[in-house]
Amino acid sequence: MALPTRTTPRAPAGRPTSRRPAARHFRLGGIDPATLGVVVLWVSVLVALPIAALLALSLSGGPQGFLAAVTRPSALTTLGLTVALAAAVSLVNAVMGTVIAWVLVRDDFRGKQVLDALIDIPFALPTIVASIVLLSLYGPDSPIGVHLAGLRAGVMLALAFVTLPFVVRAVQPVLRELDTEAEQAAASLGAHGWTIFRRIVWPVLMPAVASGTGLSFARAIGEFGSVVLIGGNLPGRTQVASQYIQQLIEAGDQAGAAAVSVVLLAISFLVLTTLRVTSSRMQQREEAA
Amino acid sequence: MRTPMHRRQHPGRAPARAGRRPLVGVLVALVLLLSACAGGPSDVPGAAATPVSGPVLNLYAYSVAKPAYDALTQAYAATPEGSQVTLLTSYGASADQSRKVAAGAPADIVSFSLTPDVTRLVDAGLVAKDWNAGPTAGTPLTSVVVLVVRPGNPKGIHDWSDLLRPGIDVVTPNPLSSGSAQWNLLAPYAAMSHGGKDPRAGLDYLHTLVHDHVSTRPSSASEATETFRQGHGDVLLSYENEAIVAQRRGDAFEHVVPSETIRIENPVAAVQAGPHRTEAQRFVDWLNTAPAQETLASAGFRPVDPAVAAEHAADFPAPTRLWTVADLGGWPTVTHDLFAKDTGAITTIYSEATR
Amino acid sequence: MRQSRTLRLSLRALATVYLGLLVAVPVTMILVRALAPGLRTWWQWVTTPAAISALNLTLLIIAIVVPLNVVFGVITALALARGRFPGRAVLQTLVDLPFAVSPVVVGVAMIALWGTNGWFGWLPQHGIRVVYALPAMVLATSFVTMPFVVREVEPVLRELGTDQEQAAATLGASRFQVFSRITLPAIRWGLTYGVVLTISRALGEYGAVLLVSSNLPGVSQTLTLLVHGRFVDDHNVYGAYAASTVLMGLALVTLLVTTLLDHWKKQR
Repeated sequence: MALPTRTTPRAPAGRPTSRRPAARHFRLGGIDPATLGVVVLWVSVLVALPIAALLALSLSGGPQGFLAAVTRPSALTTLGLTVALAAAVSLVNAVMGTVIAWVLVRDDFRGKQVLDALIDIPFALPTIVASIVLLSLYGPDSPIGVHLAGLRAGVMLALAFVTLPFVVRAVQPVLRELDTEAEQAAASLGAHGWTIFRRIVWPVLMPAVASGTGLSFARAIGEFGSVVLIGGNLPGRTQVASQYIQQLIEAGDQAGAAAVSVVLLAISFLVLTTLRVTSSRMQQREEAA
Repeated sequence: MRTPMHRRQHPGRAPARAGRRPLVGVLVALVLLLSACAGGPSDVPGAAATPVSGPVLNLYAYSVAKPAYDALTQAYAATPEGSQVTLLTSYGASADQSRKVAAGAPADIVSFSLTPDVTRLVDAGLVAKDWNAGPTAGTPLTSVVVLVVRPGNPKGIHDWSDLLRPGIDVVTPNPLSSGSAQWNLLAPYAAMSHGGKDPRAGLDYLHTLVHDHVSTRPSSASEATETFRQGHGDVLLSYENEAIVAQRRGDAFEHVVPSETIRIENPVAAVQAGPHRTEAQRFVDWLNTAPAQETLASAGFRPVDPAVAAEHAADFPAPTRLWTVADLGGWPTVTHDLFAKDTGAITTIYSEATR
Repeated sequence: MRQSRTLRLSLRALATVYLGLLVAVPVTMILVRALAPGLRTWWQWVTTPAAISALNLTLLIIAIVVPLNVVFGVITALALARGRFPGRAVLQTLVDLPFAVSPVVVGVAMIALWGTNGWFGWLPQHGIRVVYALPAMVLATSFVTMPFVVREVEPVLRELGTDQEQAAATLGASRFQVFSRITLPAIRWGLTYGVVLTISRALGEYGAVLLVSSNLPGVSQTLTLLVHGRFVDDHNVYGAYAASTVLMGLALVTLLVTTLLDHWKKQR
């Protein structure tokens, strides 16, 4: 790519430049109404209207209809199962993601870069391909004799695959910036390895681990493509909420599908909002300190 | 919200080797090379790429009919009238396909599992009221419901009563979305109720079957077969043609024709609203001819044409008693009594079990 | 922190085995299975007319979605970074919303808005088909990829501030000149990143597209739908593997491009 050699304007590092003095504000703070109109129209047609129509459709049978659709035993079972599976997978991610990030930052061995590159594959790979990839090793014609298709373990495997990067990529940079001096000082004072980890390393890592875990939960709860082929779609056993919604659509129950969709959307939205609020609070606390 | 979800952080990553740049180039070139080839509807290696000039007919079919239509479209293209048109086929669960067409999907021909799925389109004004006036009453594709079992029939499944033995797991698709599931449940219902004379006995059987022996809810017959193929269940309720195709494909299945079963009649109709209704009707009429029936027979369907049927008698063992929907009172009665949403007897059994 | 040798080695082994079983072995496995019958067979199955049409449709959707997301994404990022207007928080939330939505829910929302019984259900009567046609597939893909460009560009714009743009404006530069000479060069990395992420996600979109496509091979089947169709409807497992490798190849390209971008960015 031929890029112009002229120096690109850059904000001086470390100096916040976004807060302009109020006197410099013009129009709606740098944005003219026409531009704003375009933005609002774009976001409305693309996101706001479909979501509003979804809400309206879910309420087409009145609040009772909505309640009836989401409190149907089959809906409750599926939602419960989805939350439980997503929580279990997020827990696995919290532990394994931290371990992997630790190994990638603190350890050094041949092939480490390969491991590092593997982490990005799940984000790059289409979910339906992820499903086929896992099925080729753990499906009915498994060359190693491990059959997970149609089992909860299979669904968890698929969810673990697609959510792998979240914790690793959240923890890695924090760990890399973590100063080892404090750890060395503690060690020289005779502190035990586990104590050092618990007292010095963990408090620093915790927010990153929590945020990565939260993100993987939000992703796992709505996952569809990767579960489709390996999950088996067994109600009450392996059918996740997205599959249940698709089943309702195919059975012609659009209002029911919309109602369950709204619940699913609310759960992941809640998780992501909580994450954002806590992380901005923490940032403020840091800035204040 | 500030999410690192899409932020790739690679600080400290080894510098990208210069060798990666050519690799990207090669891959992009390969993709462009691929996309430069001519596309088309056929998913067979080496098939003719560009469709023939002339009208393109969109056929919305239920998924089980795919092998039959693969053969039929080829056979039709060899006929004088067929060489003038190109058939594109979309597959899915019967009721879902029907709802899509009613909702505006651009269909010229519909081929469903169940007559009520066509009736929906008649009500919507998309299909002519006299669509079933032809020689095969609008149902040129017929088969029977059979029991598919594991190789060697290890559980000794021979008839409907065997399905209720303790521990037998039966795979059959969800009747709320799949037409095939309705046939699958109608077969034992007809057998147990002696053609609808004793509805109680039929429903009691289904109640036990669905509550105690059906643990999966695949949305279509194809998905049900896939579920069974992946090792779930002891018995798969299936169309005979699907069982035959699965065995030909090399799946280690066997199938048993129960002593009493139901005749599956799959309707085909031309959509009147489409721009190519004449061509569409011509294809539908062609399905009743001997060459088309011959093709259907080789795809595992029981021929309707008497001469073709006689020729293939050996391939299709006759059950002791073959019931039809007419024996049960016809589709309006069957739909109203058994499959009506919320109130049908079989729907109720199924939604109770799904709860 | 000093780790004992045993601990270090066991953590290393644990991470390697986990990543191996979860990612490396399955991905290798599918490559082996796709290429086992020989390159010729593989090539035949990725060049069937339906497969080529699916690839072309996927590329077409990307070709429509990327410019849309670039133009509107940059404008939205500008509004979010520079604007102080009532409802800014709402806009911010809406932009982030697609991250929280399951693909299947996107499909249901599209049907709720554009379907026959939806708010815009009167459109088909005027000859504009959205659901079960290309527009819905494009809209669904745009929905799920919308945040990428905005989220990559917005922080850069924030950091950039408006000093230089105002200086240039004072010196008589037109709005277009200001944008093309100052703003665009500043955001080019973020923008490129956003585009790559958009392409990567658009390539693999499945759940949302599944619900709104008429799924006609050769016409409205994307690569992901082809993989699903071959696997489920055709029971053509090999064909599904072969088509998957094409998607994997495209995913690999996007991965390599992001790595290269990181590299270039650091050099500059």
